[in-house]
Amino acid sequence: MHILIQGGRVIDPAHQFDAVTDLYVAVGRVAGLGQPPAGFKAERVIDALGRIVCPGLIDLCARLREPGLEHKATIASETRAAAAAGITTLICPPDTDPVIDEPAVVELIRRRAEAAGYARVRALGALTHRLRGERLAEMAALKEAGCVGVSDGGRPITNARVLRRALEYAATFDLTVFLTPLDPELGSGLAHEGPVATRLGLSGIPAAAETGVIARDLELIRDIGVRAHFGRLSCARSVELVARAQAEGLPVTADVAVHHLHLTENDLVGFDSRCHVRPPFRGVRDRDALRAGLASGALSVLCSDHQPHEPDAKQAPFGDTEPGVSGLDTLLALGLRLVRDGSLPLPTLLERLTAGPARILGLDQGHLGIGAPADLCVFAPDADWLAATLRSRGQNSPFIGWELPGRVTHTLLEGQIVYEA
Amino acid sequence: MSATHFQLDPQGRLLHFLTIEGLTRRHLTDILDTAESLHGVAERRVKKLPTLHGKTVVNLFFEASTRTRTTFELAAKRLSADVLTLNIATSSAVKGESLLDTLRNIEAMQCDMFVVRHEQSGAAEFIARHVKPHIAVLNAGDGRHAHPTQAMLDVFTIRRHKPDFAHLQVAIVGDILHSRVARSLIHALNILGAGEIRVVAPRTLLPAQVENLGVRVFHCPDDGLRDVDVIVMLRLQKERMEGALLPSEPEFFQRYGLTEERLTLAKPDVLVMHPGPINRGVEIDSRVADGPRSVILEQVTNGIAVRMAIMSITLGNHARPAGEAV
Repeated sequence: MHILIQGGRVIDPAHQFDAVTDLYVAVGRVAGLGQPPAGFKAERVIDALGRIVCPGLIDLCARLREPGLEHKATIASETRAAAAAGITTLICPPDTDPVIDEPAVVELIRRRAEAAGYARVRALGALTHRLRGERLAEMAALKEAGCVGVSDGGRPITNARVLRRALEYAATFDLTVFLTPLDPELGSGLAHEGPVATRLGLSGIPAAAETGVIARDLELIRDIGVRAHFGRLSCARSVELVARAQAEGLPVTADVAVHHLHLTENDLVGFDSRCHVRPPFRGVRDRDALRAGLASGALSVLCSDHQPHEPDAKQAPFGDTEPGVSGLDTLLALGLRLVRDGSLPLPTLLERLTAGPARILGLDQGHLGIGAPADLCVFAPDADWLAATLRSRGQNSPFIGWELPGRVTHTLLEGQIVYEA
Repeated sequence: MSATHFQLDPQGRLLHFLTIEGLTRRHLTDILDTAESLHGVAERRVKKLPTLHGKTVVNLFFEASTRTRTTFELAAKRLSADVLTLNIATSSAVKGESLLDTLRNIEAMQCDMFVVRHEQSGAAEFIARHVKPHIAVLNAGDGRHAHPTQAMLDVFTIRRHKPDFAHLQVAIVGDILHSRVARSLIHALNILGAGEIRVVAPRTLLPAQVENLGVRVFHCPDDGLRDVDVIVMLRLQKERMEGALLPSEPEFFQRYGLTEERLTLAKPDVLVMHPGPINRGVEIDSRVADGPRSVILEQVTNGIAVRMAIMSITLGNHARPAGEAV
């Protein structure tokens, strides 16, 4: 299939390309930019006038709930929602049921995603057996099965001896380690430890529950030299710690979930369970530091931290609800809102959603070089829409009711149109 | 929308009683004045008023309680309501029924008021948001968040002895961190213009940035109790030792317990209060709890009149169609 995407503003952050031009897609690959490759006959023309054409988004952290929690969502339901949001690759953390600690689970996820056909799903393997933080998982086998890294799956390893060995073993097989820094004991509360939690009587999670773990992990990473990625930072001080480590040359990267760039502890007033997230929404100063970190590159990835839930999971008093936001539908739009606010330029935002994650994952995706897989997102940046219902099966979003910028009009996966508005 | 506004109708009248925060001085003085007028009912031969005749009040207690539950029950009965008390901690919640399902079932029994106690902060507001609009919800304690009827009976008791709030100095001593009583009382005293509110506790028992609630922080009772008009001692739960918040009960009693000796730091006519149940020899010496400055049992008695007042005000506002003048 030959597809011509005509007259759009093509932004390819990996090659610092930004111009109004035509993009040619042939046999699933990017075949030309500006001028058609030899023998190109467009079978389909997409009019992209006034629209942005960029690599399909890569979401570094999306829980699809399959296998194990299919009452919340499935790979089919969520990849379909992803396609409509311009996301072509989803990275699935290993805390499924069963845990992604053996090749069979990786294979199952791959098959389900392929059967659905809306987006690529890549798995992160577990660092430890059953994510229990006791014995190492079979990381080499997981890598061979296609895992793009190994992770604590949101359950930080508290035993420093086990963690050190897990990092060493991962480094042996050249695996990047994905860590979620939140001390389970100090971080066992419900809300950011501060004036709002005090007023509402919610147990607090101090910033040190995150920064303390990062500081410890950085020392181990320095010793071992393993490539490590900190996921879902929430505090100003965490950004500082990571930036300083990067300046010292440590092989460390980090990301932030897009909702942490928009909401703060103040949004918990009224006990809104849709704002129950881990790590918690923190202060305004933290939110601003996270925005600045994303702009500077200290945080090189923006992700959805997608956690769809069935309605019952959020229909209870705050402390009895499950944490997490359904984030696929709003990832790009909330990012564009930051561009509109002047927090960062559009090409930088798109870099954090495409080339940024691809680099960390070691994937030949997220760019528009000739021959690259034609995973593409076409969107109208100025078309505002009302977030009424989400395409994800999880409707648990604090952004429902918000007017958001940027409507995706076309999503291509390996040259196939998987979504068209 | 926050609970602050959610419990009021568009005219600013109380539909529910979920939290003190955000109420006006007028709201509080109305409750106190109504409670004062109801206070005499208990001394009559027939201790009943017909105010809530034909109404059904359901006590929904998801957490154990004796004093709060019984005073709510008595208050409802003295207003001639039919009262049903459900200790859900030991019934359907255990069988896995969700809170919303429990609510729907009880709602189907055509009730007019829910009195709710729950271990989770925000539970009373959650229930108020999900019940049918004709039902009034009273918060009888939600997690660490609020215990507004307790705060009202506390200020009622204080006002009966010391009506001039402008010069009132109140010390709240003990486990502020876990205390819904402290949070609600601090709001009530601030709204009523109390001269100074102090909290006295070690740092492990104070929530972050507690001074933002409008209090002065003291770590040492020898400073914190000096010249105060009211001392409110809070109950110390035994679990606090396991949570590594305190080393031991004896050490707490030695440093923070209210003894006769410490009592002399306060004004001679100081009122000693406690929301109960008291731990003798942990936060308070028996000689003080039973002594002449103690108004602890008076608080219990006053709780009935105050709860009667709040029940009749909120249900009265429900009965009146919206828009009609008060």
